[in-house]
Amino acid sequence: MADLSINFAGIRSPNPFWLASAPPSNSGDQVHRAFEAGWGGAVWKTIGAPVLNVSNRYGAWHYGNQKMLAINNVELISDRPIQTNLREIAEVKRAWPDRAVIVSAMVESKPEAWHDIIKRIQDTGADGIELNYGCPHGMSERGMGAAVGQVPEYCEQITRWVMEVAKIPVIVKLTPNISDIVMPARAAVAAGANALSLINTINSIIGVDLDTLEITPNIGGRGGHGGYAGPAVKPIALNMLAALGRDSVVSNSGLPISGMGGITTWRDAAEFLLLGARSLQVCTAVMHYGFRIIEDLCDGLSNWMDEKGFATIPDVVARSLHRVSDFKDFDLSFRAVARIDQNKCIRCDLCYVACNDTAHQCIDLIDKNGKVIPPSAYDPRSNGKAEAVSTRPSVVVREVDCVGCRLCYNVCPVDNCIQMVELPNAKPSITWDELSQQQRAVTEDWQQMEQYRHKMGIRIH
Amino acid sequence: MCYDAPCTHACPTHIDIPKFIKKINTGNLRGSARTIFESNLLGATCARVCPVQELCEGACVLGFERKPIAIGRLQRYAMDHAYSRRIEFFRPAASTGKKIAVVGAGPAGLSCAGELAKLGHSVTLFERRDLAGGLSTYGIIALREPVEVALMEVSMIQKLGVRLETSKDVGTNPTVTELQEDFDSVFLGVGLGHTPQLGIPGEEYILDGLQYIEGSKLLPSRLRVGRNVIVVGAGNTAIDCATIARRMGAERVTMIYRRTENEMTAYPHEYDFVKREGVAFWFLAQPIKVHHENGIVKALECVRMALGEPDASGRPSPQPLPDSNMLLPADQIVKAIGQHKPSIAQLLNLKTEKGFIDVSENFETSSPGIFAGGDCIRARGSASTVMAVQDGKLAARVIHQRLVNHG
Repeated sequence: MADLSINFAGIRSPNPFWLASAPPSNSGDQVHRAFEAGWGGAVWKTIGAPVLNVSNRYGAWHYGNQKMLAINNVELISDRPIQTNLREIAEVKRAWPDRAVIVSAMVESKPEAWHDIIKRIQDTGADGIELNYGCPHGMSERGMGAAVGQVPEYCEQITRWVMEVAKIPVIVKLTPNISDIVMPARAAVAAGANALSLINTINSIIGVDLDTLEITPNIGGRGGHGGYAGPAVKPIALNMLAALGRDSVVSNSGLPISGMGGITTWRDAAEFLLLGARSLQVCTAVMHYGFRIIEDLCDGLSNWMDEKGFATIPDVVARSLHRVSDFKDFDLSFRAVARIDQNKCIRCDLCYVACNDTAHQCIDLIDKNGKVIPPSAYDPRSNGKAEAVSTRPSVVVREVDCVGCRLCYNVCPVDNCIQMVELPNAKPSITWDELSQQQRAVTEDWQQMEQYRHKMGIRIH
Repeated sequence: MCYDAPCTHACPTHIDIPKFIKKINTGNLRGSARTIFESNLLGATCARVCPVQELCEGACVLGFERKPIAIGRLQRYAMDHAYSRRIEFFRPAASTGKKIAVVGAGPAGLSCAGELAKLGHSVTLFERRDLAGGLSTYGIIALREPVEVALMEVSMIQKLGVRLETSKDVGTNPTVTELQEDFDSVFLGVGLGHTPQLGIPGEEYILDGLQYIEGSKLLPSRLRVGRNVIVVGAGNTAIDCATIARRMGAERVTMIYRRTENEMTAYPHEYDFVKREGVAFWFLAQPIKVHHENGIVKALECVRMALGEPDASGRPSPQPLPDSNMLLPADQIVKAIGQHKPSIAQLLNLKTEKGFIDVSENFETSSPGIFAGGDCIRARGSASTVMAVQDGKLAARVIHQRLVNHG
C-alpha cells in the first residue's frame, strides 16, 4: 500500500489532505471531527483583525444537475474572538500530535501587528503559519488579503516582517486575482518564505435574480463580488500551479507548493500532485458533502498509486509538469483525427451540428445507400418509431478534411464513442519556435506561409 | 439535446421536440408551448393520448440503452402551463375572404379549421354532436384525457376565429347543396361510426364500446358497470373499455379475442397496462350467442378457435374448432371490434377504398374541392389522434394554396 504521508517544509502529516482555511476549519470542535474522519491536517480559518459578518454570505452556481459547481462567498476571516481560536488551536494540536495544524493569519499591514500575531500563533504549538494574502472581499477593502497579494512589493515586505519572528514554517497563500501569479510568488521567495499555497478564491458575481432584479445572493438589497471556488475553478488552479512550477526562480528556490482550488475527488488530487503540489487543501467539496469525503480521497489515491507503482507522494509530485509547454514548442506535425464508433453511436447528431455549424464542416450525414444527405431530409408524411429509427443517417467523419480539433469528441454524450486517433507523423516534426528560427519569413508573411503549406502538403479545407 | 432529432421525425406532426424541451429547461414555458402549437394545435390532447412508445419516445436515442426522455409528459407540462394561463399564441392573418366548411369537430377537423383560421380564412366547423372534440371529448377515457382538456382545445380553436356549429348534421342542416354552394372548399373530418354487428343471437344486449366510454366520461354516475364484465375485442378501445370496467367497480373483467396476443391490434404498452389493471384475457375464442334471462345477461357462449392461413389483413385467420363451445358467465358484455365506415361518402357520392373515403396525396376526395382527413380516410395503418391532426394541418395547407393561388 502506498505511503501517503508527507513532509511539507517540515510540516508532517499522515496524508496530503488538509482542510483549507475556510468555514470547515472554523472551530476546535470541527477540526477534531475532521481529524477523527481522517484528515491529515487543517489550516485554521484565518485569525486576525476583528470583523462582523453578514447573512446570505454563500452564493452558488448550479449548472444542469450539478449542485454547487462553484460556490462564492463574502464571509470574512474568523469572527470568533482571537483568544478563543488560539486556545482551541492549542487544544487540538495537543490532542492530535501526528496531524498538521497550520494557522492562517491576516492582520493590518503593520510590522508590530504581524509580529504579535505570529508570536501568539507559535505559542499554541501549531506546526505552521499560512499568510492569507488572498481574501478578495471585505478584508481587501481594508488593505489586507488580496490587497497585499496583488502587489508583489507588499507581499515581500509583509513576509519579511513575518520571517523576522517566525520559528515555524511559513506558507504564503497567493491570490489568483492577478495577471501573473509568478510575481507575488517570487516576492515570497525573495522574502524568505518557507512554502507557497494557491489558489485563493477568484473575484466573482454569481448572478442576478430575474424576478427581483437583485444580485444573487441578496444581502439586504445589495450584493457584490465574492470569492469563487469549487469544481469550476480547478482548471484555473492547475494552470497557476504549473506556472509556478515552470518558473525558474520559484522552482530553484525549492519551496514546496500546497495546491488547492476545486479538489473534490482523489482524481483531482492526483492531478494537483502530478503538476507539482506537495500538499493538498480542500474546502468546497467538504462544504458540500462533509468531512467523510476524506475516506475516498485517501483510499482512491492510494489505490491509484499502487496501480501505477508509486510508493510515496514525492514519487508522484510533478511527474507531469515537464509536459506543460508553451504553444511555440508544440509539434506542428502532430496530427489526430476523430473517429466515430458506429456501434456505439446513438445518432444524436450533436457532433454533426457542432462540427458543421462551429468547427470545420467535416462530418457528413450518410444515408443507407451511402449518400450524403442534408439534415431533416425525410418526407413530412413519414413518421413513427420504425421509420424514424431505420432511416436515421449515420454520422461519418471525412478524415482527410478533419483538422482534429476535438470538438465532436467533447460534445459526444456516449463514452468512448468518438476517439481522437493519433496519426503517424507524415511530416518531420517542427515547432513554431523552430520554424520561426529556420524560416522566419514563413512565420511573418502570408504569401510565404501559403508557399510553405503548399510545399509541405498542408491543406486546410 | 439531439440535432435533427429522430423523435421529431417519428412524431406525425413533426413537433420540434428538442426545441420545446430546451425551452422548458431554460424556463421559457411560453416559448415551449408555442413551439408545440406551431406544429400541432392539439398538443394538449396529443400529450395525453399519443402512443409515444410507438412514436417520439420510441425513437429516442436514449431508449436503446437507458430510458427515453419522457417527451409526452414534458409536452403535457408545457401545454398545461399555456392553458392554465389562457395564453393566446396566434392571431388570424388578414382576411382572405374565402369561406371553408369543416365537417366534424374531432382532431382532424379542429386541426384543419384552426390552421385555416390562422391563415385568414373564414371557417365554419359543423359538428353532429352536442359537444365538439370528437373522440377527445367522447371516446378517450377520462383517465387519459378529461372532457375539460378536449373542450379547452376546442375553445382555443374558436378563439382563432373558427365558427363552431354543433348539433348540425350535414345532409339535412346544412344540406349537401348548401355545403357546396356556400363554401369555397370543404374538409371532411368525420371520423368513423358505431361498432359493427357481431351478428349473433342476443346481440341487442351487448353494449357498444364507444358508448360505454362516452357514458363513463360524460355521465359517470349513470353508467352501470357489471360485476363480471366481458369485453369483446383486443384493440386499444377494447382495452379502454376493460380499464373503465375495472376502475368503476367490476370484480372480474375478461377480454375475449378470436386470435392471439400476437395478432391483437392494441399497442404492447396498452396490453401491459391493462394486465396490471387486473384484466384477464381469453384468446382464441369467438362469441356465438348471448345467454340472457328477460334481457339480463347471464353468459356469453363462445367457440374455441385455431389459427389458420393468413387472411386479407395478413394475419392468420381464426377457424372455429368443432364441438368446443363454452359458456363464460357474465352480467355485462361490451364490444369494441372496430367502427363502421363513414356514411358521408355515400351522401356526397365520394369514391371509397375499403369503405374509407379515398383521397389523393393532397387529401382531396374524388370530388374536387372536397378534402378529407383523419380516421375516415385511414384505410391503411393505425388510426390515431396525432395522425388526424397532421392530416388536418396538411390538408389546410393544400386548401390554402388552392384558394389563394387559384382563387
